[in-house]
Amino acid sequence: MTRLLRQALAAAIALAVSGAALAAAGVDPLQALGALVGGAAGDRFALADTLLKTCPLLLTGLAVALAFRTGVWNIGAEGQLLVGALAATVAGAAAGGLPAPLPLGLALAAGAAAGAFWGGAAAGLRVARGVSEVISTIMLNFVAIRLVGWAVHGPLMEAAGRYPQSDLVPDAALLPLVAGRVHAGIVLAALAVAAAWLVLFRTALGFRWRAVGANPRAAAVAGFRPDRAIVGVMLASGGLAGLAGAIEVLGVTGRLFEQFSAGHGYTAIAVALLARLHPGGVALTALLFGALAAGSGSMQRIAGVSAVFVAIVQAVTILAVLALDAPRLAAGRRRAPRPPEAAA
Amino acid sequence: MTEAGFLLAAAALALAAPLLLAALGELVQERAGIVNIGIEGLMLIGAFAGMVGCHLSGSPLVGLATACLASVLAAAVFGAWVIWLDASQIVAGAALNILALGVTGVAYRTVFGVTGTALTVPTFTPLALGGDALWLAPLRQNVLVYVALALVPAVWLVLFRTRAGLRLRAVGEAPEAAASLGIAVARMRWIAVLAGAVLAGAGGAYLSLAYSNTFAEGMSAGRGFIALAIVVFGRWRPLGVLAGALVFGATTALQFQMQAHGVAVPYHLLLMLPYVLTLAVLALAPGGAAAPAALGRRRADETS
Repeated sequence: MTRLLRQALAAAIALAVSGAALAAAGVDPLQALGALVGGAAGDRFALADTLLKTCPLLLTGLAVALAFRTGVWNIGAEGQLLVGALAATVAGAAAGGLPAPLPLGLALAAGAAAGAFWGGAAAGLRVARGVSEVISTIMLNFVAIRLVGWAVHGPLMEAAGRYPQSDLVPDAALLPLVAGRVHAGIVLAALAVAAAWLVLFRTALGFRWRAVGANPRAAAVAGFRPDRAIVGVMLASGGLAGLAGAIEVLGVTGRLFEQFSAGHGYTAIAVALLARLHPGGVALTALLFGALAAGSGSMQRIAGVSAVFVAIVQAVTILAVLALDAPRLAAGRRRAPRPPEAAA
Repeated sequence: MTEAGFLLAAAALALAAPLLLAALGELVQERAGIVNIGIEGLMLIGAFAGMVGCHLSGSPLVGLATACLASVLAAAVFGAWVIWLDASQIVAGAALNILALGVTGVAYRTVFGVTGTALTVPTFTPLALGGDALWLAPLRQNVLVYVALALVPAVWLVLFRTRAGLRLRAVGEAPEAAASLGIAVARMRWIAVLAGAVLAGAGGAYLSLAYSNTFAEGMSAGRGFIALAIVVFGRWRPLGVLAGALVFGATTALQFQMQAHGVAVPYHLLLMLPYVLTLAVLALAPGGAAAPAALGRRRADETS
């Protein structure tokens, strides 16, 4: 079975299981599916919504894919996205008076830098102090959530002082629109896919990352420094997630508020895994999950299925991918050669 | 001690109990070599199932049993993936968390309506001890707090003073060696995962049946993740886990008190405290050698 077929199978299993869950809950799965598809691709607005929802998933999906490839469990794309959004809001407001491309450029750069810092912090703790990045990135997610909460209730609270949200970012810092409501961030995301692919498969840096991910001990013996790969990939990973947050502020919401991220950083894990941690695949799976997110709203309105339902689809997708990749199930097909010393 | 001190201790203990239950559950699993970051999801499922069970039966005790059972069922999915299929524990755990969020959210809105007028249920109420003597305030806790505290020596006894506990730890330290001695590695891990789920489910039930009297979407609110950190903080020992849970309970209680007394520290920065504290503690004492040697390792890793 080819790889692509396996991934399609995983997605199909996820949809079938989710449909069965809907039926068990007393909902007509076909009606729900119809509402979902209509909301994701029914007309121009639905398509635009799908693209808008795809953008953050694409960037955070890439972030997770790069880290996982290197064997670093970055569960912190959510927090990295949030600090990116926070930094972009601050920088956009501060640089609003500068000449044309500067406010936007600075805001995007600030977002990426903040995300990279957040990711780099976790990598630093791992390399210098041996702290598991699983725990540190999760903790940093919560720190980021509280940081955003503090900012929008405190120093960044709107001048009107009515709601816990920031003022709108000045127009000069906003992303231009490319088609309808779709902003130029989607172009940046597409460029990021190409860049991630190039780095991963066409540079020595990417080769080192993949080598460390495949087998850190062998990579170290070969003279690659796993520590440097871990720090490097977490800077890149955090930077991508931070950029996602910046783009959300500068292209979609125009401001920062509490509960800014709808769990993109966690969805990103499903996006990356279904793509088999491949940048090109991430583009496709992000589109799939973007469509799901866009369609879930109309599914809730028309079929009365809570939009949280999407989480079930995501989880089942992850489990389906894991199961299809499991050595036990794949053994007959792949027949992985055992090293001679282990067989002896 | 002043009045505030007694009340603080009481609140700290009440806040520490769900963390203690979940962290002990995680400890048992990690000692068998399994990191379950899905414990956050198990708590959420426990909170929801506990509320449903209590709502249907009118008894918090039945609610507790329902919570533990639901948590065990959910953990069985996790176990099947990491023990049978040898899947990545981190990824399977993350999937469990997402699944729990989706299942409890959809089920709550399906069963109790979209508007979600807060449904309240009977709860585990604090024991009435010594009238209203102030110094007894820290002891006036619901029965789950006492259960959680009693589980600390119980878990220690099982892990470190019984043959089964020795086997479980052997599986977490050196699964190949354990297997060569005839220990059924997979079975020990199943026992650990399911026993851990019982405790995590109880920790979740505490949230909906003792700490509050209702369920709210996402009400575990990261407590499972804190439990994960507490196990590292406690260096994989029951007494250390107790200390960790108490530190976190006290921090949270202190934060509530400062807020109530209008201390001029922004509320959201106080909320950040437990997480920053965790990071600081892990950075200063990262555990390292104290961790079970085979923690998180897959069978697939061993041939490479």
